[in-house]
Amino acid sequence: MGGAGGLSDSDRQWSEEAFSRRTIEEIKEKLKTVKHKILVLSGKGGVGKSTFSAHLAHGLAEDENTQVALLDIDICGPSIPKMMGLEGEQVHQSGSGWSPVFLEDNLGVMSVGFLLSSPDDAVIWRGPKKNGMIKQFLRDVDWGEVDYLIVDTPPGTSDEHLSAVQYLSAAHVDGAVIITTPQEVSLQDVRKEISFCHKVKLPIIGVVENMSVFVCPKCKKESQIFPPTTGGAEVLCQDLKIPLLGKVPLDPHIGKSCDKGQSFLIDAPDSPAALAYRGIIQKIQEFCGLHQPKEEHLISS
Amino acid sequence: MEEVPQGCPGTGSAQAGRGASCQGCPNQRLCASGAGAAPDPAIEEIKEKLKTVKHKILVLSGKGGVGKSTFSAHLAHGLAEDENTQVALLDIDICGPSIPKMMGLEGEQVHQSGSGWSPVFLEDNLGVMSVGFLLSSPDDAVIWRGPKKNGMIKQFLRDVDWGEVDYLIVDTPPGTSDEHLSAVQYLSAAHVDGAVIITTPQEVSLQDVRKEISFCHKVKLPIIGVVENMSVFVCPKCKKESQIFPPTTGGAEVLCQDLKIPLLGKVPLDPHIGKSCDKGQSFLIDAPDSPAALAYREIQEFCGLHQPKEEHLISS
Repeated sequence: MGGAGGLSDSDRQWSEEAFSRRTIEEIKEKLKTVKHKILVLSGKGGVGKSTFSAHLAHGLAEDENTQVALLDIDICGPSIPKMMGLEGEQVHQSGSGWSPVFLEDNLGVMSVGFLLSSPDDAVIWRGPKKNGMIKQFLRDVDWGEVDYLIVDTPPGTSDEHLSAVQYLSAAHVDGAVIITTPQEVSLQDVRKEISFCHKVKLPIIGVVENMSVFVCPKCKKESQIFPPTTGGAEVLCQDLKIPLLGKVPLDPHIGKSCDKGQSFLIDAPDSPAALAYRGIIQKIQEFCGLHQPKEEHLISS
Repeated sequence: MEEVPQGCPGTGSAQAGRGASCQGCPNQRLCASGAGAAPDPAIEEIKEKLKTVKHKILVLSGKGGVGKSTFSAHLAHGLAEDENTQVALLDIDICGPSIPKMMGLEGEQVHQSGSGWSPVFLEDNLGVMSVGFLLSSPDDAVIWRGPKKNGMIKQFLRDVDWGEVDYLIVDTPPGTSDEHLSAVQYLSAAHVDGAVIITTPQEVSLQDVRKEISFCHKVKLPIIGVVENMSVFVCPKCKKESQIFPPTTGGAEVLCQDLKIPLLGKVPLDPHIGKSCDKGQSFLIDAPDSPAALAYREIQEFCGLHQPKEEHLISS
């Protein structure tokens, strides 16, 4: 039994061989036209990463002058096509690479979901093949001039996450937004994700707590369906000195909108959940606005 | 789209790893060593090791956060309530091992003996194994790529001394990747009763579950059935039912009808479940008369009755 935790020597060696300097530089060049890159992470599954990524993209793209790109690197469970109402769309190749699928003129999306014959097709790939796909997504997609590239990830701290970080190591990544739900079983995995970010020197923009509370539509009683037995994201963020970007209540409209491929921000704009999302999006924009890579000009809002 | 390098000779071919098209393929070294073509001796070793395990159940879901570990833990608790039933719970979620916390076994350590690794025993008849027991701290991240995770899973299946076991429950991470392929491949000579697939009602979950079902068909893993978690929430004050994760396409019920797979049960949302899991306790003991607990018990009975042909009837 070896010690578990952290990066092993064999992982490092493998990574050095597989992630050639040339590919990393190619990706850096390709993404020069992308001003801000945000990874959406969670150690835990089912906490709302894709829901958040989709709505961050929707929210940012509401300003037609803001170019938004949404990249889904969840190879086994790509939820983004459905959530964006783009199921059945196909990816096209041009001379300058793969074209993303455009939901709006200023909102382009890429996912392995667009490469499947049917949404029910299982992608049963081991790590190396997934890594190859992620490399292609980062190197070969022609995003064009983009203000925000949002990268949605699967849960965990494995191939997809290491590949994303390593392939992006020469391109500046603004940071990660980490999603959780209030219960300790989730927070435990989120602490691991935070540990991952520290290890790979990925800045953390902050934490979002989804499924915070449910308000009964009939009697308005608040129920904590996923009880924050250890204080929820609030206490975790205090302990680890990380910003809590916001808490989003449970709202059946969110699930409905996602299933229908619509923006919940449009479907239920005055709901507490939509207002919470908007507050979080604003904080992320502020973070990106403040943390400019030295050679960039201030972005137009 | 690159499926494999163009002109890949195939991992079993004599040219594996040696062809011109193998250059740059991440598996080149493995194929060239010949290791890709020969069956892994561990598969027979695992078959031998698990001869003392009567029933093996995989708990799967394409989707994360639907309650796989919660279900696995409570299936183990429920089966082990009969002290004559020996139960083993194996957690092969390497990156996000939830089982130690849910079973109230955080901080426990694994010991080695002459006959292999000893599982951590919650009760005399309930043993547990997880990578969580190998970490110095529960917050330690296990940042491993596929091959290393596969190695761990092989060790779990080959080197753990489970003893005589009636039920081995294998909890998995979400997806259809290394962990799932490895579990199925390493267990390919040992009989696996089947998989229980967990979902929640919304289409975004069901979509991933259909992929998982497709995976099961591809690897010829029988499906015991589907469990729908987080079905409905009953307000404790006014008793109004709310569908927090609306079954916009009919939920697991319609999926199971369409795919002719048994629906084992539907479990409502209940804050007690989350509380019990966080405290490492059995929800079946904490809230035995709740609708959720009753739903779990019915599902457990179904799992307990599922027999491979050559086995005798189990003692209940």
